[in-house]
Amino acid sequence: MTARSKNIKVITGNTAAAYAVLRCRPDVVSAYPITPQSELVEQLAKFHADGLLDCEYVAVEGENSAQNVACAAVMAGGRAFTATSSYGLVYMYDTMLQTSGYRAPLVMVNVNREPPGIHAVYSGQQDMICTRDSGWIQIVVENCQEILDTIIMSYRLAEDYDIQLPVMVNYDGYYLSFLAESVDIPEQEDVDRFLAPLKEQPQRMKLVAGAGTGCGSHGIGMGFVEYRKKHMAAMERSKELWDKIDQDFKNEFGRGYGGQIESYRCDDADIVLVATGSAVGTARTVIDAKREQGIKVGLVKLRFFRPFPVEKLCHILKGKKAIGVLDRSICFGWNCGPVFQEVCALTRHIGIMPMLSFIDGLANMDITKEHISGMVDEIYKASQNKPYQELTWLP
Amino acid sequence: MAADIQASQSEIVHPLDHLIRTDRIPHIWCPGCGIGTVFSACLKAMISSRIDLEKTCMVSGIGCTGRAAGYLNLDSFHTTHGRAIPFATGLKLANPELNVIVFSGDGDLFAIGGNHFIHGARRNVDMTVICVNNFIYGMTGGQVGATTPVKAKTTTTPVGNPDAPFNLPLLAWASGANYVARWTMLHIRKLTACIEKALTRKGFSFIEVLAPCPTNYGRKNKENSLETLRLYRDKTIIKNNVDPSELDMDFEKGIILGEFVSRERPTCIENYDRTCRIP
Repeated sequence: MTARSKNIKVITGNTAAAYAVLRCRPDVVSAYPITPQSELVEQLAKFHADGLLDCEYVAVEGENSAQNVACAAVMAGGRAFTATSSYGLVYMYDTMLQTSGYRAPLVMVNVNREPPGIHAVYSGQQDMICTRDSGWIQIVVENCQEILDTIIMSYRLAEDYDIQLPVMVNYDGYYLSFLAESVDIPEQEDVDRFLAPLKEQPQRMKLVAGAGTGCGSHGIGMGFVEYRKKHMAAMERSKELWDKIDQDFKNEFGRGYGGQIESYRCDDADIVLVATGSAVGTARTVIDAKREQGIKVGLVKLRFFRPFPVEKLCHILKGKKAIGVLDRSICFGWNCGPVFQEVCALTRHIGIMPMLSFIDGLANMDITKEHISGMVDEIYKASQNKPYQELTWLP
Repeated sequence: MAADIQASQSEIVHPLDHLIRTDRIPHIWCPGCGIGTVFSACLKAMISSRIDLEKTCMVSGIGCTGRAAGYLNLDSFHTTHGRAIPFATGLKLANPELNVIVFSGDGDLFAIGGNHFIHGARRNVDMTVICVNNFIYGMTGGQVGATTPVKAKTTTTPVGNPDAPFNLPLLAWASGANYVARWTMLHIRKLTACIEKALTRKGFSFIEVLAPCPTNYGRKNKENSLETLRLYRDKTIIKNNVDPSELDMDFEKGIILGEFVSRERPTCIENYDRTCRIP
C-alpha cells in the first residue's frame, strides 16, 4: 500500500534530519554540538523534552565519546543515532573504525564542513573524504527532503542482516543544514511499516547478558583476513540492496532517488558531468540550458560514495566522449579532486577518454550556474579532441 | 570645535592597543559578555608582571574565549577543539624560555579537552591556564557542558541539566597544579594581580574566572547580564586557602573566591632533567 501523507513543513536540513531520527525511534541518541550540526542535536533534545522522542539522550563531552556511546548502544542490541561535522568527524575517527570493524549498524549524520588544517567554519566535503577508508557506507544527498528520506532508508540498509554496517549520511553544511524548504514528513505508522521487515530477519549479533560474548579481541592471522573479507563483501552486497530499498521507499512514499546514483539525461548524452550534494540542483538547471543550446550533456548525481557504484557508473559512462567530475574537496598527492580520482579508476572497465577534474565550492565558495556552464563548455571542448586542462580550480 | 573633538578622538589610543591585532576589531563577543574584561585583565598582567613579551605566546582552543588568541598581537595559536594544553605543552618543551599562556573557555578546557587538563596539571608543565567559565557552550549556541549547573536550562537540556558540574579548583588541586585561584570578571583588580602572580610562578597555574554569557546562558535561565554581576557581588565570598572540596559551584549557598593553592612541586622539565638526563 502506498502511503499518501502530506504533512508539509518548511524546515531546515538539520530539522529534517531530526524528524527522520524521530520517526526511526532510536533507543539511544548521543549528542555533541558542532557548527553547522548543532541545530540537529538541539532539535532532538527538544523532541525528547517534549515527550515525543522516547530514547536515552546523552549529552556527551566530545565526539569521540559520542561515537563510543552510539557504537556500544548498537552492540547492546539497540538502535542508535549520532551526528557530527568536520573537526568532530575526524576526532571520532578511531572509534569509527571500531564501529565498522564491530559491524555495528549505526546511522550517523555528517554535516559537511571543511576539516582542520586552515580553520574554516565553512562548507566543504573534505571531512567526508578524510574518512573514506573507514569501512562505513557513505551517502551524499542533495536537498532537505532527501536528507529525511535517506536517513530512514539508511536504517533499513545498516540493520539488514546481510549488511550490518554503519552508514554515514552526508549533507552540505550551510547550503542544506540551514536552508529551509518544504519537506513532507511521513507518518509514524508508515515509517514503522517501512522498517518492519528488519524485525522479521534473524537476530543480528549483539551482546546478550550471560552469553559471554567477547568483542574486540585481537584478530590474529587468517582470522583477521577472514573478517576483512566479510566486511568488504557486505559492502559490495549493500549496493544492490540499496537500489532495492530505494525502490521500496518509492513504492511506500512516492519518492525515489535512483539508489546508488541518479542519472539525468545521460542516455543520449555525448558528455557527462558527475557531481554530489547540493550542487547537483544547480547543475541540473545548467544541463537543461545546455541541452537547449544543442550540447548533448548528461549529469550523474553520485549518492553512494562508499561503496563506489562501479557497475552503475560504468554502465552510464561507457562510450561517452568526455567526462567531467565536480569535487568540493581535494585529493592531496593526486593533484585532482577525490571523486575524479575514483572515476578515473573506472577506465580499466570503460576505456580511455578525456576526463576533467573541477575543484569548486571549497570553504563556502558558491558553485554557481556560470561555473558549471564553464565546466560543461570545457568538457565539450575536450570531447571535440581539442586541447583541455585536466584540473581546473574555481572560482 | 566639533572638528577639534573629532581630531582629538582620532588620536585616542587604548593603552593596550599595542598588544592587540586592531585590524581584527570589532571582536565577536556579545554585549554583556565577560570575556573581553578577562582578556584585558590578562593583557594588563602581562605588562605589569614585566615578563618578556617577545618570549610570550598565547594558545586557545575553540569557542568564544578561544578567539582571544587571534586578537593578541604576539605569537598566538588557535588550536583544534580541546587541544590547547597539549599544544602549549609542545611549545614549552621545545623552547623552555617561552612564557606560555593558555586562554580558553570551560567547554574547551573541561569538556572536550578535560583529559589534557588533568595531565598538564599532573606533569606540572610550566604554563598559566586561564579559564573563562560561562557555564555553557557559547559559540555553538548554548548547549550543556561539563560546567553547567544542575537544573540549568540549555538548548540540549530544555527541562534542566541532570548532571553535576565540575568543581574546577578541586580538579586542578587534585591533579597537581602548583597554583590555583578563582575570581569573577567583576573582581578585576584581584584577578589581574593573580594572573600577574601566575605568570611569574613556576609550574602549572590555573585561574578560573566566572563570566556571564547573557546571550546563551542568561536568556535561557532568565538572568540578564547585570543580574549576573549582582550575583557575583552579593553571592560570593573571598576565602583564601580554603579546602578545595568546599568550592562547589552553588550560587544559593554562595561561591567562594580567592587563592586556594600555592605550592612548589617540581615542574615537568625539572622532573625530566632529574630523571632522564642523569649526568
